[in-house]
Amino acid sequence: MRLAQRFHERLAIGCCRMSALLTVSMLAAVLLLLIFSGFRVMNLHFLTANWQHMDIAQGGIFPALFGSIALGIGVITVSFPLGLATAVFLTEYRPHALWKRTVQLAIRNLAGVPSVVYGLFGLAVFVQTLAFGMSLLAAILTLSIMTLPWVITAAIEALEAVPLHFRESSLVLGSTHLQTTWHIVLPAALPGSITGGIIGVARALGETAPLILVGATFYLSHLPRSLLDPFMALPYHTFILATQHSSPVAAAYAAGTALVLFGLTVLLCSGAILARFWFRKKKDW
Amino acid sequence: MSEHIVPWCLMCATFLTVLLLIGIFLFLFLSSLRAFREIALSEFFFGNNWNPISYHTPSWGIVALLQGTLLVSTVALLFASPLGLFTAIYLSEIASPPLREILKPTIEMIAGIPSVVLGLLGLLFLAPLIAKTFHLSNGLNALTAGILVGIAALPTIASVCEDALSGVTLRYREASLALGATRWTTIRWVVLPAALPGITAAIMLGFGRIIGETMIVLMVAGNSLALPRSLFSPVRPMTATIAIEIKETVIGSTHWHSLFALGLILFLLTFLVNFVADFLIHRRTL
Repeated sequence: MRLAQRFHERLAIGCCRMSALLTVSMLAAVLLLLIFSGFRVMNLHFLTANWQHMDIAQGGIFPALFGSIALGIGVITVSFPLGLATAVFLTEYRPHALWKRTVQLAIRNLAGVPSVVYGLFGLAVFVQTLAFGMSLLAAILTLSIMTLPWVITAAIEALEAVPLHFRESSLVLGSTHLQTTWHIVLPAALPGSITGGIIGVARALGETAPLILVGATFYLSHLPRSLLDPFMALPYHTFILATQHSSPVAAAYAAGTALVLFGLTVLLCSGAILARFWFRKKKDW
Repeated sequence: MSEHIVPWCLMCATFLTVLLLIGIFLFLFLSSLRAFREIALSEFFFGNNWNPISYHTPSWGIVALLQGTLLVSTVALLFASPLGLFTAIYLSEIASPPLREILKPTIEMIAGIPSVVLGLLGLLFLAPLIAKTFHLSNGLNALTAGILVGIAALPTIASVCEDALSGVTLRYREASLALGATRWTTIRWVVLPAALPGITAAIMLGFGRIIGETMIVLMVAGNSLALPRSLFSPVRPMTATIAIEIKETVIGSTHWHSLFALGLILFLLTFLVNFVADFLIHRRTL
């Protein structure tokens, strides 16, 4: 009996251990396979040259890289101020409790709505109704709406983490509500909000489905010159190369593009995490 | 002066945000209504054939698409839930604190893998492997897609489960251990039941993530409109159907609106799943 029980104990805990190992090794497998299949094409030329449609070995992915970076900058410019303003209003100006709860509930739930649905919305509203066409602007706005719930959630968390006595001390010293919010609460909550915003953008950059709908293009001879120009983007480029290009070496180039995309998201995320670490060290509360 | 203007501006921003977010639902709803002006509800929900561009009479049944979504989700959940739960138990109950500090962000990194990358690796490696193992002509089917989508949902499930488990108060564990229960008995009969609502929520959140997944199923699910007969049938879930067909429809046609109806169903499904999960996690605050 006791032996059986000990065996049972060992088995169960061993199962947990194996699962954790398996989960981590899946990440390792993804990384290794990606590097293994994409590393061959990776060089400076691949990153900086224009795309050559006829002979993909001659060209690079610079337009797609440029498009993705422009997309990222655009998304954070639109969604961060809007999300932060919403979060400040909800936490600092304490509207009616019911209102706040409803908005928060909506935000939490909308964070789980599939990206392809945001894509549908963007296609019909920005591309068709507002007639932005298949452009950088339409994609930026669509992805911004998609990241809004994440940005707001992160900003609310950061604002609520600022101790109440910060606000009380400031108000007691005679500053107004606005001065308190602007000079005391916001600076303390900014690192957390920015970290959340950057992670949101990193996730948005990896999304392909909305880009299929609001129209990244596959082949461009020049970079977008304005917000209303068509653009290329890394995830869409990966998708097309993987599924619709006939060249035998297309798979390797798709993997190379995917590697760059993954590198970009990891870079953004680890940058955000390092920044949070650094701010936390400086924090004196 | 600015004491009044700033809150007003903030309120406007909040309104704009809410308007945009609620607008998505309203917009999908209104577009779908126009689809149902020409498509009978019974045909839409119970018809087996999805063929909007037929020469004769187009058919609009979403059962095959829905079954595709459900088949892929089932495989993904069967794959990811036990793995995610056991990983979470390891992280929360067994691993030493420094190891946990390293492992948790590592596992959350999986969430950072863009789904198109998983789809690509599926095409290049997993599909050939599945085809070889089961002697199929190609490996693009519900099983392959399910496994990959499961990997994509794994960090969500593991991470939320871990939160639920470490949220169980330490006193329960101490009381159980003090009574002479072993480590696993404590986990199985004390910690797990206490964390059950959180674990259910984790699996539901994972499910929400799974049904919304587009790129993986678009690339490796096999893209077939026939009713799936087994795990090895190629399928085309709803998300993939939207992504494939939307570019080829006439704007404003019934076909166009019917794809928005698919979007609305996805929206409602994920919203419901997330709402229940949210309720389970924030029970006390609601």
